[in-house]
Parts: sequence; structure tokens; C-alpha cells
Amino acid sequence: MNVIEADWLGYVQLMLEGALVTVELTVYGSIIAFFGAFILGLAKLSPWFPLRWLAIVYIEFFRGSSIFVQLFWAYFVLPLIGFPLSALATGIMVLGLNVSAYGAEVVRGAILTVPKEQWEASVALNLTKFQRMRHIILPQAIVVMLPTFSNNVIELMKASAVVSLISLADLTFQSQVIRLQTGNTLLPFAGALLIYFILSLIIVYGIRRIENKMAEGLDVVRS
Amino acid sequence: MKEHDHTGDSMNAARPKAPSPIIEVKDISKSFGSHQVLKDLSFDVQPGEKLALIGPSGSGKTTILRILMTLETIDGGVIRIDGEPLWHMEKEGQLVPANEAHLHRMRTKVGMVFQLFNLFPHKTVLDNITMAPILTKGISRSDAKARAMELLDMVGLADKATAKPAQLSGGQKQRVAIARALALQPKIMLFDEVTSALDPEIVEEVLGVMRKLAAETDMTMLLVTHEMGFAHDFADRVLFFDAGRIIEQGPPDQIFRAPQEERTQLFLRKILAAGRAI
Amino acid sequence: MQWDWNFIYQILPTLWQGVIVTVQATLLGSLVAAILGLFIAIAKRSSNKWISRPVSSLAMFVRGTPLLVQLYVLFFVLPDIGILLSPLAAGVIGIGVHYSAYTAEVYRAGIENIERGQWEAAKACNLSSHQIWIHVIIPQAVPPMIPALANYLLMMFKETPLLSAITVYELMTAARGVANSYYRYFEPMTLVGIFFLLISIPTVILLNRLEKKYSRRR
Repeated sequence: MNVIEADWLGYVQLMLEGALVTVELTVYGSIIAFFGAFILGLAKLSPWFPLRWLAIVYIEFFRGSSIFVQLFWAYFVLPLIGFPLSALATGIMVLGLNVSAYGAEVVRGAILTVPKEQWEASVALNLTKFQRMRHIILPQAIVVMLPTFSNNVIELMKASAVVSLISLADLTFQSQVIRLQTGNTLLPFAGALLIYFILSLIIVYGIRRIENKMAEGLDVVRS
Repeated sequence: MKEHDHTGDSMNAARPKAPSPIIEVKDISKSFGSHQVLKDLSFDVQPGEKLALIGPSGSGKTTILRILMTLETIDGGVIRIDGEPLWHMEKEGQLVPANEAHLHRMRTKVGMVFQLFNLFPHKTVLDNITMAPILTKGISRSDAKARAMELLDMVGLADKATAKPAQLSGGQKQRVAIARALALQPKIMLFDEVTSALDPEIVEEVLGVMRKLAAETDMTMLLVTHEMGFAHDFADRVLFFDAGRIIEQGPPDQIFRAPQEERTQLFLRKILAAGRAI
Repeated sequence: MQWDWNFIYQILPTLWQGVIVTVQATLLGSLVAAILGLFIAIAKRSSNKWISRPVSSLAMFVRGTPLLVQLYVLFFVLPDIGILLSPLAAGVIGIGVHYSAYTAEVYRAGIENIERGQWEAAKACNLSSHQIWIHVIIPQAVPPMIPALANYLLMMFKETPLLSAITVYELMTAARGVANSYYRYFEPMTLVGIFFLLISIPTVILLNRLEKKYSRRR
């Protein structure tokens, strides 16, 4: 216990540095996932069969093989076939690409919840297909997507812990380091859990604020 | 084809020298699955004419409006608007199915008001009205706004410009929807049961706007309605539909006071019994 | 990088050992999740605030933090207070507890989806609350839950590679073991991926059919 007391400031700093890496992974991964989800979700709704099929293959591939398997594969195999990525880049890429697949279903589902009367009204006003999507459908669908997106971001953050296994110094990794250096098991893991939980709460409340802002004056029934 | 002869006579009586029609519907048919809703339907509409389409629900009258608005395709036949085919393009003398660009061009001639208003809930009243003119006609934001305010003034809702649809009553929503369709200045306006979703006491505020519109413009209007009194006062000609066909047509006085066909008489009797007196 | 079939034949028996443990962990973990989730759902519905609130918060905490760190707690912290679990037991409990927070939500939604009219009608028929559950609520609530529960079963399956971090000899551990000793990562890692796809994709197709069936019936 003495070691911890003597150096606790240093250890707290170590944890916070790890938390910063976790935040980095979460933010960049989520950005990739966000755009990926829209591209894939729209592709899956495309009337053009090959595009739809490509999206389905992507989605089922990434959802079907575990994210942890994908991460290990990317980390160990990609360098061998000529893609030497840093651990951080590998982590961000795998997290982003994987959660895209889950987000795609959210995007697709939310677009389908917009009543068909809204499509019809925008046809009657002679908007082009792109304008219909951009001005009428997506602004309404995104309000429906946000609560599920918030879950997706939390799942992404939780999955990011696994990068510690490919020696990336995130929050989980640093708690292991502290355990090994101090021999204390409870404090480092309890601290890590607490920080992860706080991050989750920030994600939930942050996205809920955006959601409330966007839903103002909109009589969309929220489930 | 007894009914066609009959209606043809009354048409000629009403309009001895017909100019070329703005809408020509020729032999169109339409099925949903195995259910045929329109059967070899033909009729013309003259520029500026106010046409009321009446008939039991499921008789195909709403489907006609939706086809004219390009919301439903047709299975057979040809529709011409301003002499140009709506669902087809002329290619080397042949009619081929229209592409999206053709439909886009044709839609500039037609506007529609829906039963359930279909306002965009995420946009203000003003944005609902100005969006399409800005996006589809390239009108400047300030011009679109000025025009929208004129229209809102006409429908009596100038003070609601910044409200969201959720804050409006049903009657107000429908008046905004009318202003929204008018903002694109279509030659033809389609009204699909625009008062059916409204409480009886606010039906008149919407009908008032339509009367004003009929008096002040020479727009061609097609109206599907269950308000027989309004159809009688408003329309130049009434088409009675049943099971995807026009059973009888003529001036409102003739259709409502002296219907010739048994099915028309039966339908009007039922409506009267339901308390919707003329 | 060459795909070496001989190498694969050589390592398949080792990987198969891992597959067995992966399946064990998935099934046992889902058993824990299914049962514990039910208790959590009942506790959350409790009218006693001293039960419902702490349980809700705890479930939220479990869902808001990574399974990997939770596994570390079970594996490293518990022995310090005298609870010694085998790696597999720690893994099963970890996965089970983590997903019980999710299955509880499925149960809750399933029960809440039953219209109030059903409760009222059952009461009007003078059924006891016990009879209402057995004859009216559960028969209606359970079938629509099955796709969601099966989906979590699949998710738990996909979480099992995490158990390699606490030395459970499941498929990923086995694959990394052979990869390290032969210094060939390509085949073992790819095989693990293929194995997961082979199990997941047919299950997803089956689940979609099941879901369509239940949504049609309603």
C-alpha cells in the first residue's frame, strides 16, 4: 500500500493519460463509424442491386466476425501483407469500420420510420431525389437515430478496451501497468471502471442534449 | 359505352367551343396487386376548369390525383398535360416510359394538397413554403420569403410564419399546405380530401381559402371531396366514380339535383342520410 | 503471404480444443445471463425504491463499462479477498453478469409490450396475479423476446475472444498460442474469423426469419 500512497499522483496521471487515449479512440472511431453508417445505410436502401448487395456483405461480415478477432487480425496479419499500421491507427480503423456496420442498420431503420407521406409531399413539391433525402428525410430520421447512436458509441468505447491487448496504452492498459507496478488490484481496476462509466454518462447526456435540440418543435413520437 | 355518350352531350352543352384541354386522360388502367382500381378511364379537363371527383371510398378517385402528381404509376393508357405525355416521353415518334428528368419537368405544372397536410415537421411554416421554390426554381431566399408572406397573408396565417407545424391546429396546417403548394405556381392544383381529417367546425376555414383561390385565379383545380355542398358550389363539373369508372358526369346542378344513373342516386341518398346535406 | 493447407491441418486439432471451450463459455455465460437478467428485471420493476434504484444503477454501470475490465476484476481482485475462481468460471460469470444487464432490458420491454388491457381483462376474469402471469402474460411476452435473446447469445459468443486476456484456453488463446509458437499469424487468425462467420451468419439469417414471423403475428 505504501508504494501507492507515495506515488499516487503519478499513478493518477498515468490513468488520465490512458483515459485520453481511450477518448481519442472513441472520438476518431465514432467519426469513422458515423460516416460509414450513413454510406452503408443508404447503400442498403439503394434501388441498385449490386450496391445493396455490397452493403449487406460488408455489414454481415463485420457484425458476424467478432470485433476482437478483427482487431487481432488487423494487428497481426495486415503488417504481413504490406499494411504496417500503428496500433492506434489499427484500433481506430477497426473500431470505426466495425461500428459502421451496426450503425448502418440504425440509419436504414430510421429512414424507414419517416412516414411515406413525407416522401410524397416532397415529390409533390418537385424536389429531386437528393433534395428529398437531404432536406426532408434525413433531418427527421436523424432524431430517431440519435438514441441508438449513443448506445453504439458506448459499445465502441467499451470495445476500445481491447486495444490494451495489442499494447496500446489506453485506460485498461494503464490500469494493468499500475497493478503490475504496485501489486494492488482493486484500486487500478475500480479507477478504470469509474472513468469508463463517467465517459459513458458524458456520451449519453451529450447525445441526449443534441437530440433534444434537434427534436424541438418536432412532433416525432420518441420510443 | 352509354355513360360516355351521355356525358359527352352535357359537356358540349356546357362548353360549345372547347379550347385544347390542359389534362387529357385516355384509357388509363391501374391495379394494386390483383385489385384493379381504374379501368380504361378517360376524361379531359379544360384550362381553368374546377372539377369535383365524388364517389364511394375505394372508387379510384384519389388514385387519379396521385397518378397526376406522379405518386403512382399507370399500367396502361396515356395522360397528357398541356399536350405533353406525363408518364411517357416521345422518342422517335414512339411513347417510352418517362425518366426522372421528364417527371421532374412535368411536376412543375402540378401541385397537390393532401388529406393529412404532410407538412414537414422539422421546418417552420415559412421554411415549409419557401423551401421548394428556392430548391427547385432557384428563386432567391428574399423573393421566396416575400412571396410566401403574401400567400400566408392570403390564407390568413401571416402571424404564424415562424411557428412549427406541431404548434398549429389542423385547419391552420391545411391552409399552410395550400400556401406551400401555391408557392410553386402550378397550373393545376389537386386537392385530395383536404377537409376529411378536420373537425367539422374548422372545415369552413379551409374551404373559404379555396373559394377565394377559385375566385381570384384561373388555375385548373381537381378536387376529391366528400363535402357535397362545397362540391356543388365550387365545381364547374362533377365526375361521379364507382369501381374505377366514371358512372356519370355533368354540371353540379344536374348531378346533385337530377342524377340519371341509379348508382349515383344511391350514393347521394346514402350521403344525405349520413347528414352531409347539400 | 501464402495460405498453407498443411500448416492448417497441423493446427486444427489444437484449435478444436479452443472451440470446445468457446462453446462452453458461451452456453454457460448465456445461462447466467438469462437467469440473472430475469431477477434484475423483476427487481427493477419492484415498487420498493430501495430495491429498484440500486439495481437499475448497477445494471447501468455494468452496461457502461468494458467487459474486459470487469473480467480483470473477477480474475485479479477476487483472489485478494479470498475468492478463487478458475479462469473459465471467472469468464463465464463475467460474460453472464455483463449480459444480464442487457437481457433484463429484453424482459422488461417484453412485459411492458403487453397492453394494459390484458392485465385488466385478466383481472376482470378474476384470475389471481399468479394465474395472470402463467396464463396471460408469459405466453404472450416470451415468444417475441426470443429473437432479441438469441441475438444477445450471439453477442456473447462474439465476446469470448476476450477471455484469452484472463488465460481461458478458448479459440483465440489457442490460435495465438499456435501463431506464436510457429510464428505464423495469417492462418490461425483468419481461421478464427472464418469460424465466427460460419456460426454467426446462419444464426443471423435464422433470427431474421424468426423476427419476421413474430412481427407478422402481431
